[in-house]
Amino acid sequence: MTHVIPARTYVNVFMALIALTGLTVAVSFLDLGRAHLWVGLAFGVCKALLVVLFFMHVLSSSKLIWLAAGAGLFWLGILLILTYSDYLTRFRQSY
Amino acid sequence: MEPSQTVAAGPPRLAHHFDNIDQQREAETFGMWAFLCTEILIFGAMFAGYGAYRCLSSDYDHAFEVASGRLNVLIGAINTVVLLTSSLTMALAVYATHTGQRSLQVRWLLLTAALGAAFMVLKAIEYYSDYRDWLVPVMRFNPNDARWLNAGADPQRVQLFLMFYYIMTGLHAVHLTVGIGLVLWLAHRAHRGAYDPEHYIPVEVTGLYWHFVDVVWIFLLPILYLAGTHHLRDLHF
Repeated sequence: MTHVIPARTYVNVFMALIALTGLTVAVSFLDLGRAHLWVGLAFGVCKALLVVLFFMHVLSSSKLIWLAAGAGLFWLGILLILTYSDYLTRFRQSY
Repeated sequence: MEPSQTVAAGPPRLAHHFDNIDQQREAETFGMWAFLCTEILIFGAMFAGYGAYRCLSSDYDHAFEVASGRLNVLIGAINTVVLLTSSLTMALAVYATHTGQRSLQVRWLLLTAALGAAFMVLKAIEYYSDYRDWLVPVMRFNPNDARWLNAGADPQRVQLFLMFYYIMTGLHAVHLTVGIGLVLWLAHRAHRGAYDPEHYIPVEVTGLYWHFVDVVWIFLLPILYLAGTHHLRDLHF
């Protein structure tokens, strides 16, 4: 790393993470039914992005590190896309 | 922050198979990311399995939603804050290493380990609370429980959700324990003055592992705890 991220940035990211956590927990007390999962995942993606980009320094890292992190996401993508293209296109029945 | 007991940077320790120190540092960071990619897939497979059941039929989907609303969201939320704080302290430990502040390095690393341990203690309390609440599949579970029957949730499918809950949080806890051990080892080495602005990669890559464990929890929270409606009156320890 050629430059050091100031400590203030970490604290700001942390406060954003706490705020998002408070929101996502608060929302779980509403009656959203099936939407709970999607709302929660949306919050989760935002929080994860903050942790990966700032705490894990990816935002200030070289292209190779971006590639490494992106590759992990890509493989996860293969897992999820192939699995769900099967399950989501089945005829839903009770069994 | 007043710099206390700053360490002078020693010469960069370049291994013979690298051209320069920057290449070595990048390779070491890349190596940790390669490992984290395998970890993404281990946990990813479990997430995929959970979702597959929810897609399979509305019976599974509904049972999972109802069961999720019965997990201890109070402890789950507190644990999330604990883990996020530990990520902050870990990031600050890396920062202290970059700026050569040895006693701050040690302090932040010890705090990170302590917060990780606090998470484990709360998890143990939570598992006991789940036991008291008849939420343990097969061993302590009541299929005729009003919570399931009144909500139209199939008890067998509720038990499957609970299995996902214990196995996923259990695997996460194993990873966290390893992380606590690593951070304590770092704190010991940092106290001996092993890390300075030239030799910081061990702290950095351990930080990557720690943040990854935090990211896993960030996703465990919504799919396990927040997938169903909670009620303020049900909050308890």
